[in-house]
Amino acid sequence: MKAPNTLMYQESHEWVKIDGNIATIGITDYAQDSLGDVVYVELPEVGDETTKDINFGTVESVKAASDLMSPVNGTVIEVNEAIDDEPESINEDPYTHWMIKVELKEAPDLSELLDADAYLRFCEENDA
Amino acid sequence: MKSYESFIFEKSTPGRKAYSLEKKAFKTVTLDAELLRSDAPKLPEVYELDVLRHFTNMSMKNYGIETGMYPLGSCTMKYNPKIHQDIAAMPAFSGVHPYQETGVDGLLEIYDHLQTYLSEISGMHQFTLNSYAGAHGELVGLMVMKRWHDAHQTGKTKVLVPDAAHGTNPASAIVAGFSVVELKSNHDGTVDLDDFYAKLDDEVAGIMLTNPNTLGVFERNILEISQAIHDKGGLLYYDGANLNPLLGMVRPGDMGFDIMHINLHKTFSTPHGGGGPGSGPVGVRKDLAQFLPKPVIEKTADGYAINRDKPGTIGQISQFYGNFGVYIKAYAFILTNGEHLKDIARYAVLNANYVKESLKDVYELPTTVACKHEFVFNGLKDKSDHVTTLDVAKRLLDYGVHPPTIYFPLLYKEALMIEPVETESKQTIDGFIEIMRTVAKEAKESPELVKTAPHTTIVRRLDEATAARHPVLTYDAHLKP
Amino acid sequence: MFKYLPHTEGDINTMLKTIGAASIEALFEDVPPHLLNPDIRLPHAHSELELVRHFMSLAEKVDPLTPVIGAGAYDHYTPSIIRPLIERQEFLTSYTPYQPEISQGTLHYIFEFQSMITRLTGMDVANASMYDGSTATAEAMFMASAITKRKDILVSHTLHPATRSVLETYAHYKGLSIKPIAPENGVITLAALKDAISPDTACLIVQTPNIYGLIESYSGFADLLHENKSLLVINQDPATLSHLKSAGDYDADIAVGEAQTLGVPLAFGGPYIGYMATRDKYVRKMPGRICGMTKDVDGKPAFTLTLQAREQHIRRDKANSNICSNQSLLALFVTIYLSTMGQEGLIEASQQSIDGAHYLYEALLHTGLFTDPFKKPFFKEFTLETNASISDLEAHAKKAGFLAPFPLKKLGLKDNYVSFAVTEKRTQDELDALVAALGGHS
Repeated sequence: MKAPNTLMYQESHEWVKIDGNIATIGITDYAQDSLGDVVYVELPEVGDETTKDINFGTVESVKAASDLMSPVNGTVIEVNEAIDDEPESINEDPYTHWMIKVELKEAPDLSELLDADAYLRFCEENDA
Repeated sequence: MKSYESFIFEKSTPGRKAYSLEKKAFKTVTLDAELLRSDAPKLPEVYELDVLRHFTNMSMKNYGIETGMYPLGSCTMKYNPKIHQDIAAMPAFSGVHPYQETGVDGLLEIYDHLQTYLSEISGMHQFTLNSYAGAHGELVGLMVMKRWHDAHQTGKTKVLVPDAAHGTNPASAIVAGFSVVELKSNHDGTVDLDDFYAKLDDEVAGIMLTNPNTLGVFERNILEISQAIHDKGGLLYYDGANLNPLLGMVRPGDMGFDIMHINLHKTFSTPHGGGGPGSGPVGVRKDLAQFLPKPVIEKTADGYAINRDKPGTIGQISQFYGNFGVYIKAYAFILTNGEHLKDIARYAVLNANYVKESLKDVYELPTTVACKHEFVFNGLKDKSDHVTTLDVAKRLLDYGVHPPTIYFPLLYKEALMIEPVETESKQTIDGFIEIMRTVAKEAKESPELVKTAPHTTIVRRLDEATAARHPVLTYDAHLKP
Repeated sequence: MFKYLPHTEGDINTMLKTIGAASIEALFEDVPPHLLNPDIRLPHAHSELELVRHFMSLAEKVDPLTPVIGAGAYDHYTPSIIRPLIERQEFLTSYTPYQPEISQGTLHYIFEFQSMITRLTGMDVANASMYDGSTATAEAMFMASAITKRKDILVSHTLHPATRSVLETYAHYKGLSIKPIAPENGVITLAALKDAISPDTACLIVQTPNIYGLIESYSGFADLLHENKSLLVINQDPATLSHLKSAGDYDADIAVGEAQTLGVPLAFGGPYIGYMATRDKYVRKMPGRICGMTKDVDGKPAFTLTLQAREQHIRRDKANSNICSNQSLLALFVTIYLSTMGQEGLIEASQQSIDGAHYLYEALLHTGLFTDPFKKPFFKEFTLETNASISDLEAHAKKAGFLAPFPLKKLGLKDNYVSFAVTEKRTQDELDALVAALGGHS
């Protein structure tokens, strides 16, 4: 299971990377592995608001559907359209294939986010 | 089974006909061109034998109950009596317009008598037969629950649903306007009473239960649960999917359930038809009967009447009176079985326990209590070769057996749910047990053989991911490059 | 012993021994004892001959009249080859096709059904069918609300009142709001839509031919709705798609309707079959079963149920619909019907219905008992106004063996409106006899 050190993680299995006032969000390796073959990702439109702990989309596999929870408050400024044509790219590399970029409203509350080590520990406990 | 792949569209030859209509002397009317489509819809042009061969060959790619054993858990795949087809097709039953309201006492009598028998069997006061299927029945039953709470202005909005319940339960509750609170289950699928009491607050409008539950285990604490729910001012909904093992033995109404549906296509053997039409009558206790959907069939001094405008009901939930052509078969089934109805339950339970005990040394049995009509293995007992439940199911296809239900309920990772209905003989069941043991042996001796099964079916494992990623849902889409 | 149950005493004893139980009753020890063996009053077990006699006696209490009405259920011709085909046990007794390797038959006809429905409606994709036309319309309402994330549903008052009732029930519990649009001279108009549309409008639901039998036209409707990010839902009798513009022609977003008109027997109201079709872009919001094409591990083309992540068994409380089944056997019925009739047969049957209906219309006006309140184009059904006693008219027709006219009052519409419907099954002699009976000349 991979979890790059450069990213922050949520227990709902999204990763987020904060770059100035821009947050890039995707799902983790653990998430894609437990979902199995990703077949469709429903994403918001540019200009939509995202709210912390509220879902901004859904990821579907052959046998499952899972809500995507936003780690931050902000406005969607970019959506990774390429996923639409190739949802399998999420299975191939979930960290390169981000889902949305959000412009932050305020300095984000990162206190509940996990670093890579803590997230991997959380996943291990989850499996046990 | 023979391979058969062509589309009816490919057989089309311009000018061919499979129908015949007489010439009529009426003047030809031409409608205003503004209203007309520019091209006729493209449909096949074939002759009668083409149609017969096309669909007959298609049927040979299917597995039916008369093909062999169909131990599909939760689906109650029992024998569908042949005579039911002839009865439903009698012109007096198949040829009457739903808005004919006089000269239809024979039809309304079937409706009335069937709902009476279902009430007797389930301990309810009255049934509506208007609901079309199990999930439709759930929705209607929950609307009745909501209507009752609205009438009593309780303000309660939450419905408790066990995590082991059928997916339709939480989905129906949401469509009926409730919110859903998920209940934890014990290892044997029964309600975790600690969790139940922790979640039973003043906002709880009711609980939805399947009993026996989706692991085939009877809810021992049912009387305590119904008492607790009623004390809190809530109602109990019975999901009738698993009614088969209780027929004549014990009644949901006596257990304290207030509302329920019955899947007539399961327990009362109107066929499944490849996924429908079903019939899902909803029964309620006496004070809830006023809320059952309209139209309502009512007894009058000299027969029956159809009441379309009964005030106070939840409203209308179907165009007419439900699937008459389906529930007439359930009525025939009850008449044919009569006093044998109880034996259905007894033998269904006997068969299930027999299969369970005969296979538990090679398949993992997570719970040891006596089951009712079905039970769940958690895959193979020996998991060292990583042969999954899916692999076992697919290997069964090579032996000409319909596999059990797989990966439901969600309580066990490798769930394999077996329901060997009462209409299967000991000989047939022994054959099934033998095949199940052979597959378990193969999983150990040649795991690759099982992991790559099926090998002998007309198509093998499918690429479901591509099907969902890039959907091809019509012949026209298939023709596109 | 009993013919459906094979258990001999020897079988039972051997099986109990394997189980380690003393009796079958011992397997019920977890049931509270005082609840066991309730006293149930049921008829005795009927032999096959008794059963047939019983149903014959019930049939004697039914007097099937020849319908010259419709109002949502139409007496169309059923080609004789359909029944033996759909009663093949491989179709009739099988379950939902969850194991595609041994269900290619069911999946194949669902795929052909979807293909035919899209060709009829001019839409991109269709599902494997719904319970009936009214519930299909209610599901379309849920779907439109989910797509637009809005709660106001505009409903034309020319929809069948029973369909409107079902919409009202479903909307009430789901928390949606129905806004009725009144007709002008029997049809919905663009002007009325303009007045009713708002930023909360999820969709407009219309029906053609409508409850009066009138053919509606929706030119300009989709543009207005789409500009407002609302959807157009058209409920249409699919048999009329032999001639009439389709939902696709009107740029609608969802097409629904009752496909009983494709040869399905009247059967006192069911089982019938609803259909639903939509645009590619909305396919993942469509409820119900959907069959798709794919390949197996050997590269062989095959069918499977697909897009299941939409459905209740996966989404549970997050599903848009609680639908779990389809009217599969009737989807097969309709697919065989459309294969048998073909495009020419569908057109010919419709044309005979149109011609017969217009013949009856003229003849009824000629009696002087009826007037036409609308004077608008109709298909196989039409509505007239009368000052005569409607129950007398019904009684006269009944005496001659006909079910007609249909009093629209029964559905809460105007007291003196009645409707008639004619299909290809009706002959000129029958229609003449009906007119004579209604006019009191028989």
